[in-house]
Amino acid sequence: MSSPIFEVDNLRAHYLTRFGQKIQAVDGVSFSLKAGEILGIAGESGCGKTTLVSACMGLYIPPLHLSSGDVRIEGKSIIGMNVEQNRRDILGRKISMIPQGALNSLNPTRKVKDLATDMILSHDETADKRQVHARLRERFRKLGMPADDVLNSYPVQLPAGMKQRVVIGISTLLDPRVVIADEPTSALDVSTQKAVIRLLFELMDQGIIGSMLFITHELPLLRHVSNNIAVMYAGEIVEMGTIEQVIFDPRMPYTQALMGSMLSADSGHRDQKPVSIEGAPPNLAHPIQGCRFAERCPVARPDCKENQQVIRIVKDRQVRCQYAE
Amino acid sequence: MPSEPSPLADQPLKFEAKNLSRSFGHGKKLVEAVKNVSFGIASRDIISIVGQSGCGKTVLAKMLLRLETPSSGTLSFNGKPIGNERDAREHWRSVQAVFQDPFSAFNQFFTIRSQLKSSFKLFKRKPEEEEMEARVDAALMAVNIKPKEVEGKYPFELSGGQMQRMLLARIFILRPQVLIADEPTSMVDACSRANILDYLMKLKQELDMTIVFVTHDIGLACYISDSIFIMHEGEIVEQGPPAQVTGSPSSAVTRQLLDDIPDVHRPWIKRGALD
Repeated sequence: MSSPIFEVDNLRAHYLTRFGQKIQAVDGVSFSLKAGEILGIAGESGCGKTTLVSACMGLYIPPLHLSSGDVRIEGKSIIGMNVEQNRRDILGRKISMIPQGALNSLNPTRKVKDLATDMILSHDETADKRQVHARLRERFRKLGMPADDVLNSYPVQLPAGMKQRVVIGISTLLDPRVVIADEPTSALDVSTQKAVIRLLFELMDQGIIGSMLFITHELPLLRHVSNNIAVMYAGEIVEMGTIEQVIFDPRMPYTQALMGSMLSADSGHRDQKPVSIEGAPPNLAHPIQGCRFAERCPVARPDCKENQQVIRIVKDRQVRCQYAE
Repeated sequence: MPSEPSPLADQPLKFEAKNLSRSFGHGKKLVEAVKNVSFGIASRDIISIVGQSGCGKTVLAKMLLRLETPSSGTLSFNGKPIGNERDAREHWRSVQAVFQDPFSAFNQFFTIRSQLKSSFKLFKRKPEEEEMEARVDAALMAVNIKPKEVEGKYPFELSGGQMQRMLLARIFILRPQVLIADEPTSMVDACSRANILDYLMKLKQELDMTIVFVTHDIGLACYISDSIFIMHEGEIVEQGPPAQVTGSPSSAVTRQLLDDIPDVHRPWIKRGALD
Protein backbone atom coordinates (compact mmCIF):
# COMPACT_ATOMS: atom_id res chain seq x y z
CA MET A 1 0.00 0.00 0.00
CA SER A 2 1.27 3.42 -0.93
CA SER A 3 1.67 6.05 1.72
CA PRO A 4 -0.84 8.90 1.81
CA ILE A 5 0.08 12.08 -0.07
CA PHE A 6 -2.24 14.33 1.89
CA GLU A 7 -2.75 14.02 5.62
CA VAL A 8 -4.87 16.19 7.85
CA ASP A 9 -4.28 15.44 11.48
CA ASN A 10 -6.71 16.57 14.17
CA LEU A 11 -7.03 19.99 12.53
CA ARG A 12 -8.82 22.71 14.46
CA ALA A 13 -9.33 26.25 13.16
CA HIS A 14 -11.30 29.17 14.54
CA TYR A 15 -12.44 32.64 13.59
CA LEU A 16 -11.76 35.50 15.94
CA THR A 17 -14.31 38.25 15.49
CA ARG A 18 -13.81 41.95 16.13
CA PHE A 19 -15.73 41.59 19.35
CA GLY A 20 -13.40 38.91 20.65
CA GLN A 21 -15.80 36.08 19.98
CA LYS A 22 -14.15 32.79 19.09
CA ILE A 23 -15.97 30.60 16.60
CA GLN A 24 -14.59 27.10 16.31
CA ALA A 25 -15.49 26.45 12.67
CA VAL A 26 -13.33 23.37 12.17
CA ASP A 27 -12.99 21.07 15.13
CA GLY A 28 -10.76 18.02 15.19
CA VAL A 29 -10.88 16.98 11.53
CA SER A 30 -8.60 14.09 10.50
CA PHE A 31 -8.35 12.24 7.21
CA SER A 32 -5.78 11.16 4.68
CA LEU A 33 -5.73 10.81 0.91
CA LYS A 34 -3.72 8.34 -1.15
CA ALA A 35 -2.64 8.97 -4.74
CA GLY A 36 -5.58 8.71 -7.13
CA GLU A 37 -8.13 8.96 -4.38
CA ILE A 38 -11.06 11.38 -4.25
CA LEU A 39 -12.57 12.14 -0.87
CA GLY A 40 -15.97 13.78 -0.91
CA ILE A 41 -17.00 16.14 1.87
CA ALA A 42 -20.74 16.54 2.34
CA GLY A 43 -22.72 18.77 4.65
CA GLU A 44 -25.24 21.58 4.66
CA SER A 45 -24.40 25.27 4.36
CA GLY A 46 -22.55 26.63 7.35
CA CYS A 47 -21.11 23.32 8.51
CA GLY A 48 -17.52 24.47 8.01
CA LYS A 49 -16.82 22.99 4.59
CA THR A 50 -15.37 26.16 3.12
CA THR A 51 -13.39 27.00 6.25
CA LEU A 52 -11.90 23.53 6.05
CA VAL A 53 -10.60 24.43 2.57
CA SER A 54 -8.61 27.42 3.83
CA ALA A 55 -7.44 25.46 6.84
CA CYS A 56 -6.24 22.55 4.68
CA MET A 57 -4.27 24.89 2.44
CA GLY A 58 -2.48 26.42 5.40
CA LEU A 59 -3.93 29.78 4.42
CA TYR A 60 -4.62 31.43 7.75
CA ILE A 61 -5.63 34.99 7.04
CA PRO A 62 -7.32 36.77 9.95
CA PRO A 63 -10.01 36.44 11.17
CA LEU A 64 -9.21 32.74 10.54
CA HIS A 65 -6.65 31.27 12.94
CA LEU A 66 -5.14 27.85 13.46
CA SER A 67 -5.98 26.35 16.85
CA SER A 68 -4.05 23.10 16.63
CA GLY A 69 -3.33 20.18 14.37
CA ASP A 70 -1.21 19.53 11.31
CA VAL A 71 -1.56 19.29 7.51
CA ARG A 72 1.08 17.31 5.59
CA ILE A 73 1.59 16.98 1.85
CA GLU A 74 3.89 14.12 0.87
CA GLY A 75 5.02 13.93 4.47
CA LYS A 76 5.96 17.63 4.80
CA SER A 77 4.00 19.92 7.03
CA ILE A 78 2.64 23.07 5.40
CA ILE A 79 1.54 24.62 8.66
CA GLY A 80 3.39 27.42 10.37
CA MET A 81 4.82 29.37 7.43
CA ASN A 82 3.80 32.95 6.69
CA VAL A 83 1.20 33.75 4.06
CA GLU A 84 3.72 35.04 1.48
CA GLN A 85 5.86 31.95 1.65
CA ASN A 86 2.78 29.74 1.58
CA ARG A 87 1.50 31.51 -1.54
CA ARG A 88 4.83 31.12 -3.35
CA ASP A 89 5.85 27.60 -2.42
CA ILE A 90 2.72 25.69 -1.51
CA LEU A 91 -0.35 27.12 -3.18
CA GLY A 92 -0.60 26.15 -6.81
CA ARG A 93 2.44 23.86 -6.68
CA LYS A 94 1.56 21.43 -3.94
CA ILE A 95 -2.06 22.18 -3.27
CA SER A 96 -4.52 24.11 -5.36
CA MET A 97 -8.17 24.92 -5.15
CA ILE A 98 -11.08 25.32 -7.50
CA PRO A 99 -13.22 27.99 -5.91
CA GLN A 100 -16.96 28.04 -5.43
CA GLY A 101 -17.66 31.22 -7.33
CA ALA A 102 -15.28 30.28 -10.12
CA LEU A 103 -17.34 32.21 -12.62
CA ASN A 104 -16.42 35.45 -10.90
CA SER A 105 -12.80 34.64 -10.16
CA LEU A 106 -11.44 35.62 -13.55
CA ASN A 107 -10.43 39.23 -14.03
CA PRO A 108 -12.81 40.50 -16.74
CA THR A 109 -10.35 43.05 -18.14
CA ARG A 110 -7.61 40.58 -19.08
CA LYS A 111 -7.37 37.81 -21.61
CA VAL A 112 -7.31 34.24 -20.32
CA LYS A 113 -3.74 33.74 -21.55
CA ASP A 114 -2.50 36.78 -19.60
CA LEU A 115 -4.19 35.58 -16.44
CA ALA A 116 -2.63 32.15 -16.80
CA THR A 117 0.79 33.62 -17.57
CA ASP A 118 0.58 35.75 -14.43
CA MET A 119 -0.09 32.65 -12.41
CA ILE A 120 3.05 30.92 -13.72
CA LEU A 121 5.25 34.03 -13.47
CA SER A 122 4.27 34.64 -9.87
CA HIS A 123 5.73 31.25 -8.99
CA ASP A 124 8.70 31.36 -11.33
CA GLU A 125 9.95 34.84 -12.18
CA THR A 126 12.55 33.61 -14.63
CA ALA A 127 10.10 31.84 -16.93
CA ASP A 128 10.09 32.93 -20.57
CA LYS A 129 6.75 34.35 -21.68
CA ARG A 130 6.75 32.63 -25.06
CA GLN A 131 7.55 29.27 -23.58
CA VAL A 132 4.82 29.81 -21.06
CA HIS A 133 2.33 30.51 -23.83
CA ALA A 134 3.32 27.36 -25.66
CA ARG A 135 2.96 25.38 -22.47
CA LEU A 136 -0.50 26.85 -21.88
CA ARG A 137 -1.65 25.93 -25.36
CA GLU A 138 -0.41 22.41 -24.95
CA ARG A 139 -2.09 21.95 -21.58
CA PHE A 140 -5.43 23.39 -22.67
CA ARG A 141 -5.40 21.21 -25.78
CA LYS A 142 -4.62 18.15 -23.68
CA LEU A 143 -7.68 18.90 -21.60
CA GLY A 144 -9.90 18.99 -24.66
CA MET A 145 -10.44 22.75 -24.84
CA PRO A 146 -10.12 24.76 -28.08
CA ALA A 147 -6.83 26.23 -26.86
CA ASP A 148 -6.26 29.13 -29.24
CA ASP A 149 -9.82 30.42 -29.06
CA VAL A 150 -10.05 30.18 -25.31
CA LEU A 151 -6.66 31.65 -24.50
CA ASN A 152 -7.26 34.70 -26.66
CA SER A 153 -10.71 35.44 -25.23
CA TYR A 154 -11.77 37.68 -22.41
CA PRO A 155 -13.62 35.80 -19.67
CA VAL A 156 -16.94 37.48 -20.52
CA GLN A 157 -16.81 35.99 -24.00
CA LEU A 158 -16.86 32.46 -22.66
CA PRO A 159 -19.95 30.51 -21.57
CA ALA A 160 -20.22 29.56 -17.90
CA GLY A 161 -19.10 25.97 -18.35
CA MET A 162 -16.03 26.97 -20.33
CA LYS A 163 -15.12 29.62 -17.73
CA GLN A 164 -15.24 26.95 -15.05
CA ARG A 165 -13.01 24.69 -17.14
CA VAL A 166 -10.58 27.57 -17.67
CA VAL A 167 -10.41 28.12 -13.92
CA ILE A 168 -9.70 24.42 -13.44
CA GLY A 169 -7.08 24.53 -16.19
CA ILE A 170 -5.32 27.51 -14.62
CA SER A 171 -5.41 26.21 -11.07
CA THR A 172 -3.82 22.91 -12.10
CA LEU A 173 -1.13 24.38 -14.38
CA LEU A 174 1.69 23.64 -11.95
CA ASP A 175 0.62 20.02 -11.45
CA PRO A 176 -0.41 20.31 -7.79
CA ARG A 177 -0.44 17.05 -5.85
CA VAL A 178 -3.70 17.84 -4.13
CA VAL A 179 -6.68 19.75 -5.50
CA ILE A 180 -9.54 20.99 -3.38
CA ALA A 181 -12.71 21.52 -5.38
CA ASP A 182 -15.17 23.62 -3.38
CA GLU A 183 -18.63 23.24 -4.93
CA PRO A 184 -17.14 23.49 -8.43
CA THR A 185 -20.44 22.84 -10.17
CA SER A 186 -23.04 24.52 -8.00
CA ALA A 187 -23.57 27.38 -10.47
CA LEU A 188 -23.77 25.16 -13.54
CA ASP A 189 -26.63 23.30 -15.18
CA VAL A 190 -26.65 19.52 -15.13
CA SER A 191 -25.15 19.03 -18.57
CA THR A 192 -22.26 21.43 -18.03
CA GLN A 193 -21.71 19.87 -14.62
CA LYS A 194 -21.11 16.54 -16.29
CA ALA A 195 -18.51 18.06 -18.63
CA VAL A 196 -16.69 19.65 -15.70
CA ILE A 197 -16.61 16.39 -13.75
CA ARG A 198 -15.23 14.63 -16.84
CA LEU A 199 -12.45 17.20 -16.94
CA LEU A 200 -11.58 16.57 -13.28
CA PHE A 201 -11.45 12.81 -13.91
CA GLU A 202 -9.23 13.44 -16.92
CA LEU A 203 -6.81 15.44 -14.77
CA MET A 204 -6.61 12.53 -12.34
CA ASP A 205 -6.25 9.88 -15.04
CA GLN A 206 -3.49 11.76 -16.84
CA GLY A 207 -1.65 12.08 -13.54
CA ILE A 208 -1.68 15.88 -13.65
CA ILE A 209 -3.12 15.98 -10.16
CA GLY A 210 -2.54 13.41 -7.46
CA SER A 211 -5.65 13.36 -5.38
CA MET A 212 -8.71 15.46 -4.77
CA LEU A 213 -10.93 16.70 -2.02
CA PHE A 214 -14.38 17.28 -3.49
CA ILE A 215 -16.73 19.44 -1.47
CA THR A 216 -20.44 19.65 -2.19
CA HIS A 217 -23.85 19.34 -0.62
CA GLU A 218 -25.11 17.24 -3.52
CA LEU A 219 -24.92 13.65 -2.32
CA PRO A 220 -25.94 12.14 -5.67
CA LEU A 221 -22.98 13.92 -7.24
CA LEU A 222 -20.58 12.64 -4.58
CA ARG A 223 -21.80 9.13 -5.12
CA HIS A 224 -20.45 9.24 -8.67
CA VAL A 225 -17.36 11.38 -8.11
CA SER A 226 -15.66 10.21 -4.94
CA ASN A 227 -14.26 6.99 -3.51
CA ASN A 228 -14.88 7.85 0.12
CA ILE A 229 -17.20 10.31 1.79
CA ALA A 230 -16.86 12.32 4.97
CA VAL A 231 -20.02 13.95 6.29
CA MET A 232 -19.46 17.18 8.18
CA TYR A 233 -21.72 18.74 10.75
CA ALA A 234 -21.00 21.84 12.84
CA GLY A 235 -17.26 21.68 12.19
CA GLU A 236 -16.80 17.99 12.89
CA ILE A 237 -16.69 14.92 10.71
CA VAL A 238 -19.64 12.84 11.91
CA GLU A 239 -19.39 9.88 9.56
CA MET A 240 -16.68 8.72 7.18
CA GLY A 241 -16.54 5.64 5.01
CA THR A 242 -16.87 4.31 1.50
CA ILE A 243 -19.72 5.23 -0.87
CA GLU A 244 -21.45 1.94 -0.17
CA GLN A 245 -21.29 2.52 3.56
CA VAL A 246 -22.19 6.19 3.79
CA ILE A 247 -24.74 6.58 0.99
CA PHE A 248 -26.44 3.23 0.95
CA ASP A 249 -26.14 2.19 4.58
CA PRO A 250 -25.67 5.32 6.74
CA ARG A 251 -25.41 4.77 10.49
CA MET A 252 -25.24 8.29 11.89
CA PRO A 253 -28.74 9.82 12.23
CA TYR A 254 -27.53 13.01 10.54
CA THR A 255 -26.35 11.15 7.45
CA GLN A 256 -29.64 9.29 7.39
CA ALA A 257 -31.50 12.61 7.47
CA LEU A 258 -29.32 13.96 4.65
CA MET A 259 -30.13 10.91 2.57
CA GLY A 260 -33.82 11.46 3.27
CA SER A 261 -33.68 15.02 1.93
CA MET A 262 -32.44 13.80 -1.41
CA LEU A 263 -34.61 13.93 -4.49
CA SER A 264 -34.38 11.12 -6.97
CA ALA A 265 -35.25 11.45 -10.65
CA ASP A 266 -34.89 7.73 -11.19
CA SER A 267 -38.20 6.16 -12.11
CA GLY A 268 -38.00 3.46 -9.45
CA HIS A 269 -37.47 5.93 -6.62
CA ARG A 270 -39.48 8.92 -7.78
CA ASP A 271 -42.31 8.39 -5.33
CA GLN A 272 -40.11 8.77 -2.27
CA LYS A 273 -40.92 12.11 -0.75
CA PRO A 274 -37.85 14.10 0.25
CA VAL A 275 -37.89 15.32 3.85
CA SER A 276 -36.03 18.45 4.91
CA ILE A 277 -34.05 18.52 8.12
CA GLU A 278 -35.85 20.95 10.40
CA GLY A 279 -34.00 23.51 12.47
CA ALA A 280 -30.53 24.96 12.01
CA PRO A 281 -27.02 23.88 12.99
CA PRO A 282 -25.88 25.05 16.44
CA ASN A 283 -24.11 28.35 17.02
CA LEU A 284 -20.41 27.57 17.25
CA ALA A 285 -19.61 30.72 19.18
CA HIS A 286 -20.51 28.90 22.37
CA PRO A 287 -18.84 25.66 23.42
CA ILE A 288 -21.17 22.74 22.90
CA GLN A 289 -21.40 19.91 25.31
CA GLY A 290 -22.50 16.56 24.00
CA CYS A 291 -23.64 15.65 20.52
CA ARG A 292 -23.95 18.65 18.20
CA PHE A 293 -26.78 17.13 16.25
CA ALA A 294 -28.82 16.19 19.33
CA GLU A 295 -31.11 19.25 19.02
CA ARG A 296 -32.35 18.13 15.62
CA CYS A 297 -31.86 14.40 15.91
CA PRO A 298 -35.04 12.36 15.53
CA VAL A 299 -33.71 9.52 17.72
CA ALA A 300 -31.84 11.60 20.33
CA ARG A 301 -31.81 10.17 23.86
CA PRO A 302 -31.58 12.22 27.05
CA ASP A 303 -27.86 11.65 27.61
CA CYS A 304 -26.90 12.59 24.04
CA LYS A 305 -26.73 16.24 25.06
CA GLU A 306 -24.42 15.49 27.96
CA ASN A 307 -21.90 13.00 26.62
CA GLN A 308 -19.02 14.23 24.52
CA GLN A 309 -19.21 12.26 21.28
CA VAL A 310 -16.08 10.62 19.98
CA ILE A 311 -15.36 8.80 16.73
CA ARG A 312 -16.25 5.11 16.99
CA ILE A 313 -15.82 2.38 14.45
CA VAL A 314 -19.20 0.96 13.53
CA LYS A 315 -19.42 -1.58 10.71
CA ASP A 316 -15.97 -0.58 9.38
CA ARG A 317 -16.67 3.13 9.13
CA GLN A 318 -16.10 6.05 11.50
CA VAL A 319 -19.19 7.38 13.23
CA ARG A 320 -19.51 10.12 15.82
CA CYS A 321 -22.56 8.81 17.66
CA GLN A 322 -22.64 6.77 20.82
CA TYR A 323 -25.79 4.89 19.86
CA ALA A 324 -25.08 4.14 16.19
CA GLU A 325 -24.87 0.44 15.51
CA MET B 1 -56.48 34.77 9.71
CA PRO B 2 -57.93 37.71 7.81
CA SER B 3 -57.80 37.05 4.15
CA GLU B 4 -58.23 39.18 1.13
CA PRO B 5 -58.56 37.29 -2.08
CA SER B 6 -56.31 38.20 -4.90
CA PRO B 7 -57.78 41.14 -6.88
CA LEU B 8 -59.07 38.92 -9.64
CA ALA B 9 -59.48 35.64 -7.79
CA ASP B 10 -63.07 34.74 -8.63
CA GLN B 11 -62.44 34.68 -12.34
CA PRO B 12 -60.95 31.54 -13.78
CA LEU B 13 -57.40 32.24 -14.86
CA LYS B 14 -56.61 32.73 -18.52
CA PHE B 15 -52.95 33.50 -19.00
CA GLU B 16 -51.92 33.18 -22.62
CA ALA B 17 -48.76 33.71 -24.56
CA LYS B 18 -49.00 33.79 -28.33
CA ASN B 19 -45.98 33.52 -30.61
CA LEU B 20 -43.71 35.19 -28.09
CA SER B 21 -40.26 35.96 -29.46
CA ARG B 22 -37.38 37.93 -28.10
CA SER B 23 -34.12 38.67 -29.83
CA PHE B 24 -31.10 40.69 -28.79
CA GLY B 25 -28.64 42.55 -30.99
CA HIS B 26 -28.92 42.79 -34.74
CA GLY B 27 -27.22 41.87 -37.97
CA LYS B 28 -24.59 39.16 -37.60
CA LYS B 29 -24.76 39.27 -33.84
CA LEU B 30 -28.49 38.65 -33.66
CA VAL B 31 -29.38 36.26 -30.88
CA GLU B 32 -32.85 34.83 -30.84
CA ALA B 33 -33.31 34.00 -27.19
CA VAL B 34 -36.94 32.94 -27.45
CA LYS B 35 -38.53 31.84 -30.71
CA ASN B 36 -42.26 31.71 -31.28
CA VAL B 37 -43.38 30.30 -27.98
CA SER B 38 -47.11 29.90 -27.43
CA PHE B 39 -48.94 28.38 -24.51
CA GLY B 40 -51.81 28.87 -22.12
CA ILE B 41 -51.74 28.32 -18.38
CA ALA B 42 -54.75 26.98 -16.52
CA SER B 43 -55.79 27.70 -12.92
CA ARG B 44 -54.07 25.91 -10.06
CA ASP B 45 -51.39 24.31 -12.16
CA ILE B 46 -47.69 24.13 -11.54
CA ILE B 47 -45.94 24.19 -14.86
CA SER B 48 -42.20 23.84 -15.22
CA ILE B 49 -39.95 25.29 -17.87
CA VAL B 50 -36.85 23.12 -18.04
CA GLY B 51 -33.70 23.61 -20.08
CA GLN B 52 -29.94 24.08 -19.97
CA SER B 53 -28.36 27.44 -19.21
CA GLY B 54 -28.76 29.78 -22.12
CA CYS B 55 -31.83 28.08 -23.57
CA GLY B 56 -33.95 31.18 -23.03
CA LYS B 57 -35.99 30.05 -20.05
CA THR B 58 -35.23 33.11 -17.93
CA VAL B 59 -35.98 35.47 -20.81
CA LEU B 60 -39.30 33.70 -21.25
CA ALA B 61 -40.05 34.02 -17.53
CA LYS B 62 -39.21 37.71 -17.62
CA MET B 63 -41.51 38.19 -20.59
CA LEU B 64 -44.35 36.52 -18.69
CA LEU B 65 -43.70 39.06 -15.96
CA ARG B 66 -43.48 41.78 -18.56
CA LEU B 67 -40.05 42.76 -17.25
CA GLU B 68 -38.75 42.04 -20.74
CA THR B 69 -40.64 43.40 -23.74
CA PRO B 70 -41.29 40.76 -26.40
CA SER B 71 -39.85 41.52 -29.84
CA SER B 72 -43.01 40.08 -31.30
CA GLY B 73 -46.04 38.16 -30.12
CA THR B 74 -48.63 38.96 -27.50
CA LEU B 75 -49.29 38.23 -23.90
CA SER B 76 -52.76 38.38 -22.45
CA PHE B 77 -54.01 37.99 -18.92
CA ASN B 78 -57.69 37.17 -18.43
CA GLY B 79 -58.43 38.43 -21.88
CA LYS B 80 -56.65 41.76 -21.42
CA PRO B 81 -53.54 42.28 -23.53
CA ILE B 82 -50.46 43.49 -21.70
CA GLY B 83 -48.89 46.09 -23.89
CA ASN B 84 -47.59 49.26 -22.32
CA GLU B 85 -46.13 49.98 -18.92
CA ARG B 86 -49.47 50.86 -17.37
CA ASP B 87 -50.77 47.40 -18.27
CA ALA B 88 -47.61 45.95 -16.75
CA ARG B 89 -48.23 47.74 -13.45
CA GLU B 90 -51.71 46.30 -13.32
CA HIS B 91 -50.27 42.92 -14.31
CA TRP B 92 -47.95 42.90 -11.27
CA ARG B 93 -50.92 42.94 -8.94
CA SER B 94 -51.77 39.45 -10.16
CA VAL B 95 -48.40 38.07 -11.19
CA GLN B 96 -45.39 38.04 -8.86
CA ALA B 97 -41.97 36.47 -8.95
CA VAL B 98 -39.34 34.73 -6.86
CA PHE B 99 -35.81 34.77 -8.22
CA GLN B 100 -32.62 32.83 -7.71
CA ASP B 101 -30.80 35.17 -5.35
CA PRO B 102 -32.94 36.12 -2.35
CA PHE B 103 -30.37 38.65 -1.12
CA SER B 104 -30.71 40.79 -4.21
CA ALA B 105 -34.45 40.94 -3.68
CA PHE B 106 -34.19 42.58 -0.27
CA ASN B 107 -32.71 45.93 0.67
CA GLN B 108 -29.76 45.40 3.01
CA PHE B 109 -30.48 48.59 4.96
CA PHE B 110 -33.96 47.81 6.21
CA THR B 111 -35.18 45.12 8.54
CA ILE B 112 -36.82 42.13 6.96
CA ARG B 113 -40.05 42.76 8.78
CA SER B 114 -40.39 46.32 7.56
CA GLN B 115 -39.75 45.13 4.02
CA LEU B 116 -42.36 42.41 4.31
CA LYS B 117 -44.77 45.04 5.56
CA SER B 118 -44.02 47.32 2.65
CA SER B 119 -45.45 44.68 0.30
CA PHE B 120 -48.86 45.99 1.29
CA LYS B 121 -48.11 49.07 -0.81
CA LEU B 122 -49.03 47.00 -3.85
CA PHE B 123 -52.58 46.57 -2.55
CA LYS B 124 -55.24 48.88 -3.86
CA ARG B 125 -56.43 49.45 -0.30
CA LYS B 126 -53.88 49.21 2.45
CA PRO B 127 -55.20 47.31 5.50
CA GLU B 128 -55.13 48.66 9.06
CA GLU B 129 -51.80 48.67 10.90
CA GLU B 130 -52.83 45.85 13.25
CA GLU B 131 -54.06 43.70 10.45
CA MET B 132 -50.83 44.20 8.54
CA GLU B 133 -48.81 43.02 11.53
CA ALA B 134 -51.05 40.00 11.95
CA ARG B 135 -50.72 39.08 8.31
CA VAL B 136 -46.94 39.39 8.33
CA ASP B 137 -46.89 37.05 11.34
CA ALA B 138 -49.19 34.62 9.59
CA ALA B 139 -47.03 34.66 6.46
CA LEU B 140 -43.91 33.96 8.50
CA MET B 141 -45.64 31.08 10.24
CA ALA B 142 -46.68 29.73 6.84
CA VAL B 143 -43.01 29.28 5.93
CA ASN B 144 -42.23 27.82 9.34
CA ILE B 145 -40.33 30.76 10.81
CA LYS B 146 -41.26 32.08 14.21
CA PRO B 147 -41.87 35.84 13.90
CA LYS B 148 -39.60 36.33 16.93
CA GLU B 149 -36.65 34.78 15.08
CA VAL B 150 -36.49 37.58 12.54
CA GLU B 151 -37.62 40.45 14.79
CA GLY B 152 -35.29 43.39 14.14
CA LYS B 153 -33.05 41.37 11.84
CA TYR B 154 -31.47 42.52 8.60
CA PRO B 155 -31.14 40.35 5.49
CA PHE B 156 -27.41 39.65 5.95
CA GLU B 157 -28.09 38.09 9.34
CA LEU B 158 -30.01 35.16 7.86
CA SER B 159 -28.85 32.20 5.82
CA GLY B 160 -29.65 31.75 2.13
CA GLY B 161 -32.29 29.15 2.86
CA GLN B 162 -34.01 31.38 5.41
CA MET B 163 -33.94 34.35 3.02
CA GLN B 164 -35.48 32.25 0.27
CA ARG B 165 -38.28 31.46 2.72
CA MET B 166 -38.68 35.21 3.38
CA LEU B 167 -39.26 35.71 -0.33
CA LEU B 168 -41.96 33.06 -0.15
CA ALA B 169 -43.43 34.75 2.93
CA ARG B 170 -43.81 37.85 0.78
CA ILE B 171 -45.75 35.76 -1.71
CA PHE B 172 -47.99 34.48 1.11
CA ILE B 173 -48.77 38.13 1.92
CA LEU B 174 -49.31 39.29 -1.64
CA ARG B 175 -51.28 36.25 -2.78
CA PRO B 176 -50.86 36.83 -6.50
CA GLN B 177 -52.83 34.69 -8.87
CA VAL B 178 -49.70 33.60 -10.64
CA LEU B 179 -46.22 33.10 -9.23
CA ILE B 180 -43.19 32.92 -11.48
CA ALA B 181 -40.38 31.10 -9.66
CA ASP B 182 -37.08 31.32 -11.52
CA GLU B 183 -34.61 28.77 -10.12
CA PRO B 184 -35.70 29.41 -6.52
CA THR B 185 -33.71 26.45 -5.23
CA SER B 186 -30.39 26.89 -6.97
CA MET B 187 -28.76 28.87 -4.16
CA VAL B 188 -30.20 26.71 -1.42
CA ASP B 189 -28.46 23.57 -0.24
CA ALA B 190 -29.92 20.15 -0.81
CA CYS B 191 -31.27 19.89 2.74
CA SER B 192 -33.60 22.87 2.48
CA ARG B 193 -34.48 22.34 -1.16
CA ALA B 194 -37.29 19.92 -0.37
CA ASN B 195 -38.61 22.55 2.02
CA ILE B 196 -38.86 25.28 -0.61
CA LEU B 197 -40.61 22.90 -3.00
CA ASP B 198 -43.10 21.98 -0.30
CA TYR B 199 -43.97 25.64 0.28
CA LEU B 200 -44.57 26.10 -3.43
CA MET B 201 -47.00 23.19 -3.35
CA LYS B 202 -48.63 24.68 -0.28
CA LEU B 203 -49.16 27.95 -2.18
CA LYS B 204 -50.92 25.99 -4.86
CA GLN B 205 -53.04 23.90 -2.53
CA GLU B 206 -54.00 26.52 0.04
CA LEU B 207 -54.16 29.70 -2.00
CA ASP B 208 -55.07 28.24 -5.40
CA MET B 209 -51.99 29.77 -6.91
CA THR B 210 -50.77 29.00 -10.39
CA ILE B 211 -47.00 28.56 -10.50
CA VAL B 212 -44.52 28.75 -13.34
CA PHE B 213 -41.39 27.00 -12.10
CA VAL B 214 -38.19 27.58 -14.07
CA THR B 215 -35.31 25.16 -13.51
CA HIS B 216 -32.49 23.25 -15.16
CA ASP B 217 -33.11 20.18 -13.04
CA ILE B 218 -35.76 17.99 -14.58
CA GLY B 219 -35.84 15.95 -11.37
CA LEU B 220 -37.20 18.90 -9.38
CA ALA B 221 -39.66 19.72 -12.15
CA CYS B 222 -40.90 16.17 -12.09
CA TYR B 223 -41.43 16.30 -8.36
CA ILE B 224 -43.65 19.35 -8.19
CA SER B 225 -45.25 20.08 -11.54
CA ASP B 226 -48.44 19.13 -13.32
CA SER B 227 -46.91 19.69 -16.72
CA ILE B 228 -43.40 20.17 -18.02
CA PHE B 229 -42.16 22.26 -20.95
CA ILE B 230 -38.70 21.40 -22.22
CA MET B 231 -36.90 24.34 -23.83
CA HIS B 232 -33.92 24.20 -26.12
CA GLU B 233 -32.33 27.08 -28.04
CA GLY B 234 -35.35 29.30 -27.52
CA GLU B 235 -37.97 26.80 -28.58
CA ILE B 236 -40.24 24.48 -26.68
CA VAL B 237 -39.26 21.05 -27.91
CA GLU B 238 -41.47 18.89 -25.75
CA GLN B 239 -44.34 19.29 -23.34
CA GLY B 240 -46.60 17.05 -21.31
CA PRO B 241 -47.27 15.68 -17.84
CA PRO B 242 -44.14 14.63 -15.88
CA ALA B 243 -44.80 10.91 -16.17
CA GLN B 244 -44.98 11.14 -19.94
CA VAL B 245 -42.04 13.50 -20.40
CA THR B 246 -39.69 11.51 -18.18
CA GLY B 247 -41.14 8.07 -18.88
CA SER B 248 -41.17 8.17 -22.66
CA PRO B 249 -39.33 11.29 -23.78
CA SER B 250 -39.80 11.99 -27.47
CA SER B 251 -37.03 14.53 -27.83
CA ALA B 252 -33.28 13.97 -27.65
CA VAL B 253 -32.94 17.09 -25.51
CA THR B 254 -35.19 15.62 -22.83
CA ARG B 255 -33.29 12.34 -22.86
CA GLN B 256 -30.04 14.26 -22.45
CA LEU B 257 -31.42 16.27 -19.53
CA LEU B 258 -32.59 13.10 -17.79
CA ASP B 259 -29.29 11.40 -18.47
CA ASP B 260 -27.18 14.21 -17.07
CA ILE B 261 -28.72 14.28 -13.60
CA PRO B 262 -26.48 12.45 -11.18
CA ASP B 263 -28.63 9.96 -9.34
CA VAL B 264 -27.51 7.59 -6.63
CA HIS B 265 -29.43 4.70 -8.09
CA ARG B 266 -28.01 4.54 -11.59
CA PRO B 267 -24.69 4.91 -13.40
CA TRP B 268 -23.81 8.42 -14.50
CA ILE B 269 -20.31 8.90 -15.84
CA LYS B 270 -17.58 6.67 -17.19
CA ARG B 271 -13.98 7.33 -16.26
CA GLY B 272 -11.49 7.98 -19.04
CA ALA B 273 -13.82 9.30 -21.72
CA LEU B 274 -13.22 12.95 -22.51
CA ASP B 275 -15.31 14.11 -25.42
